[in-house]
Amino acid sequence: MTGASAKSLLSLRDVKTYFPVTRGVLFERTVSVVKAVDGVSLDVSRGEVVGLVGESGCGKSTLARTIVRLEPPTAGQILFEDRDLAALSPREMRSVRPRLQMVFQDPYASLNPRMTVFDAIAEPMLVHRVVRRRESAGKVAQLMEQVGLARRYMKKYPHEFSGGQRQRIAIARALALDPQLIIADEPVSALDVSVQAQILNLIRRLCDERNLTLILISHDVAVVRHLSHRIAVMYNGKIVELGEAEQVCAAPRHPYTKKLIGAIPVPDPDKEAARLRARQ
Amino acid sequence: MPLLEVNDLRTWFYTRNGTVRAVDGVSFHVEPGETLGIVGESGSGKSVANLSYLGLIPSPPGKIVSGSAHFDGLDLVKAPAGVLRSIRGKRISMIFQDPMTALNPYMTVGNQVMEPLLVHEEVARSEAAERAGQMLDAVGLQDASGEEAHMRAYPHQLSGGMRQRVMIAMALVTNPQLLVADEPTTALDVTVQAQILALIKKMQERLGTAVILITHNLGVIAGTCDRVVVMYAGRIMESAPTRELFYSPRHPYTRALMDSMPSAKSPGEDLYTIPGLPPELTSEIVGCPFAPRCAHAVDACRQRPAVLKPVGPEHQTACTRVQEGGL
Repeated sequence: MTGASAKSLLSLRDVKTYFPVTRGVLFERTVSVVKAVDGVSLDVSRGEVVGLVGESGCGKSTLARTIVRLEPPTAGQILFEDRDLAALSPREMRSVRPRLQMVFQDPYASLNPRMTVFDAIAEPMLVHRVVRRRESAGKVAQLMEQVGLARRYMKKYPHEFSGGQRQRIAIARALALDPQLIIADEPVSALDVSVQAQILNLIRRLCDERNLTLILISHDVAVVRHLSHRIAVMYNGKIVELGEAEQVCAAPRHPYTKKLIGAIPVPDPDKEAARLRARQ
Repeated sequence: MPLLEVNDLRTWFYTRNGTVRAVDGVSFHVEPGETLGIVGESGSGKSVANLSYLGLIPSPPGKIVSGSAHFDGLDLVKAPAGVLRSIRGKRISMIFQDPMTALNPYMTVGNQVMEPLLVHEEVARSEAAERAGQMLDAVGLQDASGEEAHMRAYPHQLSGGMRQRVMIAMALVTNPQLLVADEPTTALDVTVQAQILALIKKMQERLGTAVILITHNLGVIAGTCDRVVVMYAGRIMESAPTRELFYSPRHPYTRALMDSMPSAKSPGEDLYTIPGLPPELTSEIVGCPFAPRCAHAVDACRQRPAVLKPVGPEHQTACTRVQEGGL
């Protein structure tokens, strides 16, 4: 997709993230490298939801962490609003961070147990000085309302909430700085089906209302298919297939995508029996 | 005659924060050679119900308050610990979700698969080693070099899928009549999950083992189970043959669960959500435990106990409105 960068909010150009494998303690030497992300190029336009699917170890989380510079890229360009994040200094990166936020899988681990809901949601706004402390309560209440949490919970601690509610808190925190791009890494994998549905509806509504750009990472193709406009399939650090969500799921082209889609059990006994027969 | 018949099982946990009625009057049965699926969300009691009759609930705080579990004529709930020990791992085997924590990191794979044979069948080491090797071959842990290398491997040298294969080999090496598989593929990737489910099925056909498959994944149920039991808040909401449960679910909870799956709706549509949260299990629930979240609940649902009753051949539901023909 050449020329797409004009409209693209995020453009990845041949991004590589390698991890050295070292041996020895005192005289540490690199014996090999793990190519976690190995030459990924991807354009994401404003307001688009791109799903990133793949199995464990395919590099999808490392790619997410690389985009927000939680891992330094080994090579390549990460063009976000036409600035190359890969080339920014840590200080410059700080000024970009409010505009790209992450939501993680485990809402039990991603929230500080010693911070109240108010503290957790207000913290990013206070750190980046977008609100004054005395105005923060109003802003936090507004955010809580948007993610479906009653404002009376503001002074409660994470352990007092269920997994689904914690994920709502994490989403409110991510939205606090009014980001352009959100990267959600397995946001519903730790949740039960009925709660998962609530969070998926919430994410979709927020994307629509705020014209958010979302990169949704999941191992669950059904979840990704439901929310995404386009789907990228990762395998071995590379994107092996990229296309319209329906296209990728209904008529996969790459052999790996075929294998992946073909392995998903369908909650319908007759279709499932047909799928199992087809596999043999 | 059923191989296992669980009747009105209640397992409560006595904690500082009150009595948690984790399993509260659960009855189901398993026929020889069949696969029974038990589906439910976290905290529904699906694991505790099965750990209870196997004597694997830590006590205190847990206690089987009432009920029975007849396995081949013997009530496991009343059986002394020694008798249970002779059954577990021999006639009833288990596999768990996380094959890393379920395997002993200090023991080779071969020794772990041999162990049930040495303990339960008192066979000679050489015979146990031979049978363990055959079992590992059968579950697809091939001995590439022909020098028993697969027997000498340690768990950390294997991938998650391979470890789960070892667990299956360990569970089936004694030729059990019943295999209890608690979320056996939840920690695995989908492509590996497909392999493991196919393996369980293959071994089941070969050995005639009955399987209880505990899972939260309705897709896994659809492809592997003959009958399904749906649990919620420590009770059974519905029980039916698999096709019937999927194509004509009767209980509102079962229907809500199916509607809330992403595959149930076309992209862009809102998913169905169940309002509210599952009930606290620390207080006694008088009526139907699902009533506070149910779109079809009437006053009677909150007052009258919901008891599992037949609504068709082999099809039971605990919804009183369905039983009375109101839904």
